[in-house]
Amino acid sequence: MSNIPADLRFAESHEWARLEADGTVTVGISDHAQQALGDVVFVELAEVGKVFAAGDAAGVVESVKAASDIYAPIGGEVIAVNEELADSPEQLNEEPYGAWIFKLKPSNPAELDKLLDAAGYQAAIGE
Amino acid sequence: MGQRTLLFDLHLALGAKTVDFGGWDMPLHYGSQVEEHHQVRSDCGVFDVSHMTVIDVDGTDACVWLQRMLANDVARLDDVGKALYSPLLNAQGGVIDDLLVYRTENGYRLVTNAATRAKVLGWLQQQRAGFAVNFQPRPDLAILAIQGPHAREKVAALLSPARAALIRELRPFEGVNEGDWFIARTGYTGEDGLEIIFPGDQAVAFFNDLVGAGIAPSGLGARDTLRLEAGMNLYGQDIDETHTPLTSNLGWSIAWEPAERDFIGRAGLLAEIEQGVQEKLVGLVLEERGVLRAHQVVRVAGIGEGEITSGSFSPTLSKSIALARVPMATGDRAEVEIRGKWYPVRVVKPTFVRHGKVLI
Repeated sequence: MSNIPADLRFAESHEWARLEADGTVTVGISDHAQQALGDVVFVELAEVGKVFAAGDAAGVVESVKAASDIYAPIGGEVIAVNEELADSPEQLNEEPYGAWIFKLKPSNPAELDKLLDAAGYQAAIGE
Repeated sequence: MGQRTLLFDLHLALGAKTVDFGGWDMPLHYGSQVEEHHQVRSDCGVFDVSHMTVIDVDGTDACVWLQRMLANDVARLDDVGKALYSPLLNAQGGVIDDLLVYRTENGYRLVTNAATRAKVLGWLQQQRAGFAVNFQPRPDLAILAIQGPHAREKVAALLSPARAALIRELRPFEGVNEGDWFIARTGYTGEDGLEIIFPGDQAVAFFNDLVGAGIAPSGLGARDTLRLEAGMNLYGQDIDETHTPLTSNLGWSIAWEPAERDFIGRAGLLAEIEQGVQEKLVGLVLEERGVLRAHQVVRVAGIGEGEITSGSFSPTLSKSIALARVPMATGDRAEVEIRGKWYPVRVVKPTFVRHGKVLI
């Protein structure tokens, strides 16, 4: 069983998204995803200023085992990336909901409603 | 569902995440493969490697037959208990498998890979005509590898005085029987340690004893990064039937003398030398952040291209390392393509870490 916070939205590709008070959206990967990946050793971050559509590849998480793309759960412009992950990528294993990867300014905030809620994500991963 | 060793249920009870390996459901890790890796380098860990194939060979022609079958020469095993590593070659010199061979009281014991079992047994059967030799696979036996600087002392503390004494006396690359156990000072991690081959019905009890004594259960994930740091080839990845020992950093394992020993593959290897060996297997170190992976392209300026055969993150070095097959003229620099970008890499002798020490 993995941890699935009720206040987050989830993409089927295992990213979480959190709408912040200022209208931006913070993105990371789920506890289930980090468990499946195993020890994360490298994160390739997107560039600030890049604009993604929902589902675009927006970075890479490499574990000892394999490289996995991370996808933008909704469309928007990258306004910040978590530079701390360069030196301590293992934060994605240790605190998957604290270690965010990037923040987006959404192109269309309504896209958030298309993501799974906690119960929907729990069902999607078969837990 | 794949094949399972006798310890499968115990692995699950210990929290193993499993993975298919050559048709076997094996533990990948029990939580963190990086932690398991560090445990083995600094203390010790235990691996279930019962999926590997044990083949006992006897008969009056056992020695001459293995001298014909193996690139290394079993005549070098001048005493019961001695072991050596050898490639098993086809006529062209391509590697059918790689194995350890121990000299036993009645003949020899081979330990070969898991995924190659049917192929190897078929090849041995095909090549036995005209020799007074018998060989017998031993699926009734379990194999545990207990590896790390403290492995021998921790295991000895759990066993009978006779077995403990034997473990203290064993020299590297020796393996001998004690009752129904076969205890060898060999491994696949670059650390000191033991490989114990023993009756499968004792496997659960002994594995539990080891874990109870604080020896970390360790999975194939850590086994892979440990062997990669030690510069040891993985069959099917770094070596296969389309490459010879000469292009696999295994020239040392070919016994050319005596010249009249006509082992299978000798002519093929000599022809390759005659034509000029074109490639070599080297180590790569990525100084920038990123992870080298198998099949990434290696570019050597002005010389040509090669390919990574095994790549991963090295927990000991905290950077990525790889084995790669590259043109023979490759010097000490190259570049690797990762997701469309070229990264500079250092080319080194493919032994990155041994006995806890960084060698590059």
